[in-house]
Amino acid sequence: MSWAERISPQVQTLPPSGIRRFFDIVAEMKGVVSLGVGEPDFVTPWHIRESCVYGLQRGYTAYTSNFGLLELRQEITNLFTHKFGVSYDPRREALITVGVSEALDLAMRAILSPGDEVLIPIPSYVSYTACVSLAGGIPVTVPTLMENEFRVTVSQLEALVTPRTKALLIGYPNNPTGAIMPREELEAIAAFAEKHDLIVISDEIYGDLTYSGTHTCFSSLPGMRERTILLNGFSKAYAMTGWRIGYALSNPDFIAAMNKIHQYTMLCAPVTGQIAAIEALINGQHSMEKMVREYNGRRRLMVEGFRKIGLNCFEPKGAFYIFPSIKETGMTSLAFAEELLKQEKVAIVPGDAFGESGEGFVRCSYASSTANLTEALTRIGRFIQQFR
Amino acid sequence: MHELLELLESDPSLTVEQMATMLDKPKAEIAAELKRLESEKIIVKFQTVVDWEKVGIDRVSAIIEVKITPQREVGFDAIAERIYRFPEVRNLYLMSGAFDLMVMVEGKNLKEVSRFVSTKLSTIDGVLSTTTHFMLKMYKEAGVILDDKEEDHRLAVSP
Repeated sequence: MSWAERISPQVQTLPPSGIRRFFDIVAEMKGVVSLGVGEPDFVTPWHIRESCVYGLQRGYTAYTSNFGLLELRQEITNLFTHKFGVSYDPRREALITVGVSEALDLAMRAILSPGDEVLIPIPSYVSYTACVSLAGGIPVTVPTLMENEFRVTVSQLEALVTPRTKALLIGYPNNPTGAIMPREELEAIAAFAEKHDLIVISDEIYGDLTYSGTHTCFSSLPGMRERTILLNGFSKAYAMTGWRIGYALSNPDFIAAMNKIHQYTMLCAPVTGQIAAIEALINGQHSMEKMVREYNGRRRLMVEGFRKIGLNCFEPKGAFYIFPSIKETGMTSLAFAEELLKQEKVAIVPGDAFGESGEGFVRCSYASSTANLTEALTRIGRFIQQFR
Repeated sequence: MHELLELLESDPSLTVEQMATMLDKPKAEIAAELKRLESEKIIVKFQTVVDWEKVGIDRVSAIIEVKITPQREVGFDAIAERIYRFPEVRNLYLMSGAFDLMVMVEGKNLKEVSRFVSTKLSTIDGVLSTTTHFMLKMYKEAGVILDDKEEDHRLAVSP
């Protein structure tokens, strides 16, 4: 018997991330302009890094409470009270995690029994379906459409809900499409969740990166606080991806259940990152807003660039991705991405990495300098000519 | 206007067209606004920050604390003007505290800067005393770190 056969069937059958596969190809090449990066091109603002250094000097090197530093939890719950008008008890309703990724995994393991179904609008972040599967659940994907600005509708959800549906997992502003959900449409989703008594896991990591209107926090909708597991973190808005600090806010039962898994598997999030996160919340507003303004400018540059190239493209309203359709070329997303990389040395991510309905699209990240973006647009424009 | 200035401050090489797109404004409006900002001296000058040492050209800089006697009606301004008109003077500030003017002077070598201080600066009527500090190393100039070791450590493709 080979070692490979001894791996659990659940992991064996889990498809590897489509992004990882593409990464291996890109890593071999030189002179690549990459629009494939799913993280800010800014380095964490200095005052945040400096506060971590100071924390280390004062000897903050030990475990924290399983829940995370109370001061950080208090800053987070204060933020939600002031910004969204939704209150959480920092002692019982907040959990600091190792990025949103861990929080997502904990949420799934805490609520799912084998065979439970979870509705997931796609295209979506690569971990959603995998986390559901690994927790023994069944991901039920709900393809969203470019014609509908990649928003999920109640009628789409109604068509797929079953008595086994336990939860709905949404992530808006969306990676990879840049879609947002306006408040009215979230209210309709809330009514749907209530009607079918579903738990809603709302990943709002890109919430601060909203360029049209303001972000609506799902748990701030009437009646949604109790049934929502709200996930957020510091990676995107504060350019802190490598620090791995996220958090979950929910009712005390869900937080206690998630913490039970967290205390056995992770113990606590790194203390260094937690200290930096406190500084980010207390003094980071200004630098964050500046970054958001800069992303917004680049977003418009990309929309205009793709419009000129003539690629059909929905105008993203959040996050830092743009998701043009490449269907006119007749190629698959993967073939397009590989060919573009080979001919013009521009790295993008094939849309099908984010779910099968992402086929025919590619994800371009504009977390890159304007000079890089302009160069990439020129190369993509040149590349497209051969298909016309 | 604020946003336009912020864009220019971080990247003056942007074209009018790019700025118009980034700020979602018509090109003509941006062009007119730029003209106005320049004519009103809100945008004072587009300048390039150069690390001359890397080119192998030696320069000497000094910060000079100057005590002066303010003059009737014009206060410190008349003496300040006599000083800042010298091309050797890179920056000039009126300060609170133990001295009045802080003059930053640049020259080819130590001798040149010393000569400027002794023959030009300290001989101006109303200048009571000067204290010269020579600069040993420049780390940051006009908000820019000269030898910034920070690099992009991101993976080329990530989720």
